[in-house]
Amino acid sequence: MQMPIPDARVLALKADLAARLRSVMPADAVIADPSETRAYECDGLSAYRCPPLLAVLPSTTQEVSDVLRICHAMGVPVVPRGSGTSLAGGAMPTADCVILGVARLNAVLEVDYADRIIRVQSGRTNLSVTGAVEAEGFFYAPDPSSQLACAIAGNIAMNSGGAHCLKYGVTTNNLLGVTMVLMDGTVIEVGGAHLDAPGLDLLGVICGSEGQLGVVTEATLRILRKPEGARPVMIGFDDNAVAGACVSDIIRAGVLPVAIEFMDRPCIRACEAFAKAGYPDCEALLIIEVEGSEAEITHQLSLIAAIAARHDPVEVREARDADQAARIWLGRKSAFGAMGQINDYMCLDGTIPVTELPHVLDRIRQMSAEYGLDVANVFHAGDGNMHPLILYNANTPGELEKCEALGAAILTLCVEVGGCLTGEHGVGIEKRDLMHVQFNTADLAAQMAVKDVFDPGWLLNPAKVFPLDVSEERRRGGGQPAPAGPRTSGEPTGALRDTSDQKKGLAAA
Amino acid sequence: MTPASEDELAEVIGGAQGPFAVRGGGTRGVSCDGIALSTVGLSGITLYEPGALTLVVRAGTPLAEVERLLAAEGQRLAFEPCDMRRLLGTCGASTIGGVVATNASGPRRIQVGACRDHLLGVRFVDGMGQVVKNGGRVMKNVTGYDLVKLMAGAHGTLGVLTEVSLKVLPRPEAVATLVLDEPDAARAATAMAAALGSPFDVTGAAWVAGRVLIRLEGFAASVDDRAARLGAALGADRAEVDWDAVRDAHVFADRPGDVWRVSVRPSALAATVGALQAGGAVEVAADWGGGLIWVLCAADRDLRRDLAQGHATRVRGAALPDVPRFQPEAAQIAAISAGLRQRFDPRGILNQGVMG
Ligand SMILES: Cc1cc2nc3c(=O)[nH]c(=O)nc-3n(C[C@H](O)[C@H](O)[C@H](O)COP(=O)(O)OP(=O)(O)OC[C@H]3O[C@@H](n4cnc5c(N)ncnc54)[C@H](O)[C@@H]3O)c2cc1C
Repeated sequence: MQMPIPDARVLALKADLAARLRSVMPADAVIADPSETRAYECDGLSAYRCPPLLAVLPSTTQEVSDVLRICHAMGVPVVPRGSGTSLAGGAMPTADCVILGVARLNAVLEVDYADRIIRVQSGRTNLSVTGAVEAEGFFYAPDPSSQLACAIAGNIAMNSGGAHCLKYGVTTNNLLGVTMVLMDGTVIEVGGAHLDAPGLDLLGVICGSEGQLGVVTEATLRILRKPEGARPVMIGFDDNAVAGACVSDIIRAGVLPVAIEFMDRPCIRACEAFAKAGYPDCEALLIIEVEGSEAEITHQLSLIAAIAARHDPVEVREARDADQAARIWLGRKSAFGAMGQINDYMCLDGTIPVTELPHVLDRIRQMSAEYGLDVANVFHAGDGNMHPLILYNANTPGELEKCEALGAAILTLCVEVGGCLTGEHGVGIEKRDLMHVQFNTADLAAQMAVKDVFDPGWLLNPAKVFPLDVSEERRRGGGQPAPAGPRTSGEPTGALRDTSDQKKGLAAA
Repeated sequence: MTPASEDELAEVIGGAQGPFAVRGGGTRGVSCDGIALSTVGLSGITLYEPGALTLVVRAGTPLAEVERLLAAEGQRLAFEPCDMRRLLGTCGASTIGGVVATNASGPRRIQVGACRDHLLGVRFVDGMGQVVKNGGRVMKNVTGYDLVKLMAGAHGTLGVLTEVSLKVLPRPEAVATLVLDEPDAARAATAMAAALGSPFDVTGAAWVAGRVLIRLEGFAASVDDRAARLGAALGADRAEVDWDAVRDAHVFADRPGDVWRVSVRPSALAATVGALQAGGAVEVAADWGGGLIWVLCAADRDLRRDLAQGHATRVRGAALPDVPRFQPEAAQIAAISAGLRQRFDPRGILNQGVMG
């Protein structure tokens, strides 16, 4: 993975910068000792590491503003960090950056059940947001598998999803407002406890901007009343593609479960060993959850069972009690960890149209054979968000590279069938150089124009998301080139699914 | 001008000095100076996959055509795009591009979200004549920045939409409405909050003409069950209600005066109505559990003077010199919005002033 060469001018500023930062925040909030900055050298994409120049842990929005103002004045890049669970390298430092961690900003600021909102500081973990409201029967819907550890800050930056997004949407659909600090220290309020934007939907573009537009310090989130009940059913198949077809039929039939999750045999075995959930031993397993009153649950499960029956399942089994339901979900949510105990793996995150599931699963099997690397599949099937896990041995020279090549080929396939490179993990550094596959020059320029407005000097997390060659001028110039003139080139046009320009981009990449 | 293709549109915008007044169906009755640039030549369904719940459609396609197509497959646009013709006294036929550009969303906003939450992808021509795409046609997509949301509700000021991709949802088997007579705003808000805070999956909570209206949708047996239990809890009865009339604010359709949409946190309904009334006679109706207040007031009034929180948009009424249609933004936010417009439309030729 190529990263920009650290800026020697910035490296030389270390002592001076640390002193200035210590003048605006407690001494223990500025970490400069290399043995301690090492704790921030990577995120969940741990194959890539680099300790930062410094790390700071502010406790207030004011401190965040002070830090950014100082870094801005000295021209020092800043990489925001929540809990460091990103699987895309979004929070990975560069040697010449300050890591700004929001872990100390973890308070609940306001809960209002009549308005169904909670306002929290952004370092608070996802699960503890629900923790703050569940005694009253409420919850915060987006539930990434990492929810015990990941912070709302990271969820907003990555627009994270989770197993139950099929019904409740992802972070952006549950975010009402933020307090955000711009790179020059300006504090802005966007949105709030009301439902719509007075002007342009800035909140919509802030969510998912991967820490490149500002540092989010507070968030207003939508909370929902818990359903009366929920029950998962497990449906086993002896063929991946058939399981995929079953998913598409369920959706087509107008049943909308809260979650439809998919695991193939390697994942089933690893998760079963971990969670003892009673997963059937089969080629492909769907975990489908429905919720509502007892009558509603029974009705929906009977519809699902009828559809599944047409696909020759080897097993259909409802959770018999709350304990087994919890184990079924524990197993699924621990899938990455469970696989990690057995093997090194690289986790992909492409999304495809649900109707393409059988075809894509088939192609992945062929590609896996061609590259000689096993691929295990575990993913959110209801919305087509796939997580193929490519298994490799990090100690075998050349295998990481082979794994990356297979990953790129699978993601390219996702785009070709009408999907995208990443459904919930974000681009970070991991998919940065594949952006050409999905977007042409004009598409990328339009996105970078947004960063030009929020962060004209390109100091916030600058080496992420956009291919380095594409962003080079901006990063280096520390400024924004004038807007391009009128259209000159004949960029290809056509339907949203048109990939002609994408293939061309890939050849160039 | 009515370009017949995205390419032609790009050429028109790239080659001209403008300014342009972009127009879909013209049902909003909003205009600005400039050459009329119609999107109705960009019409037609590009792709509809009921099994993937996705629809890709060109921006100038009539909304009615989209709705017919979906209905034939038992599906719908769940965000309930409104039809403002009766309220505004306009004619014409809404286009899907106009729906997206105004982020038009109905009562189901509280449960499934707004148009922006169902918009999966866009193609547009920016103010320099460049074709840009963002998002795609899949449900989950975080590849790059989300310009899709930025374009929803940008009223054509950042670019002219040429194609949009939308998430569609199954039409429910049954609908029921619970009705409660409640002339008092505070008690109406409490009743709506109780319904929305229940586990019964409420898909509409409005307060119109002294009645609280609560909508439930889903499988018939489930709707009956939930309606019975929620009805008992609220002391409300089932009745037939025209939710399209709620969505389109028909209560104020044939009445003289200006109409505003006020957005507040739902629990502020009563206080907001009280403050508006203190400043002069108003009539109100509420949607979104109290979070959206429709206000009918005298034609020359600046409603914002009496607004303690939230924001207000004037949807009907003649232009007033110092009272813009859209709520003025805080200085730093206004600077960002201006910066984005400058980047996407550096010559300022697209729908100039429409969001002012
Ligand atoms: C085992 C495992 C399972 C996972 N499962 C899921 C899943 O189911 N669904 C899913 O979507 N993701 C999942 N993830 C990925 C990851 O947990 C999410 O991306 C998460 O939102 C990251 O949150 P974080 O607080 O750890 O952020 P970090 O990793 O610290 O940072 C992520 C990004 O956010 C930016 N950022 C952090 N704080 C701020 C801030 N205050 N302001 C602005 N930008 C900021 C960073 O710069 C970085 O770009 C999983 C990860 C692991 C390790």
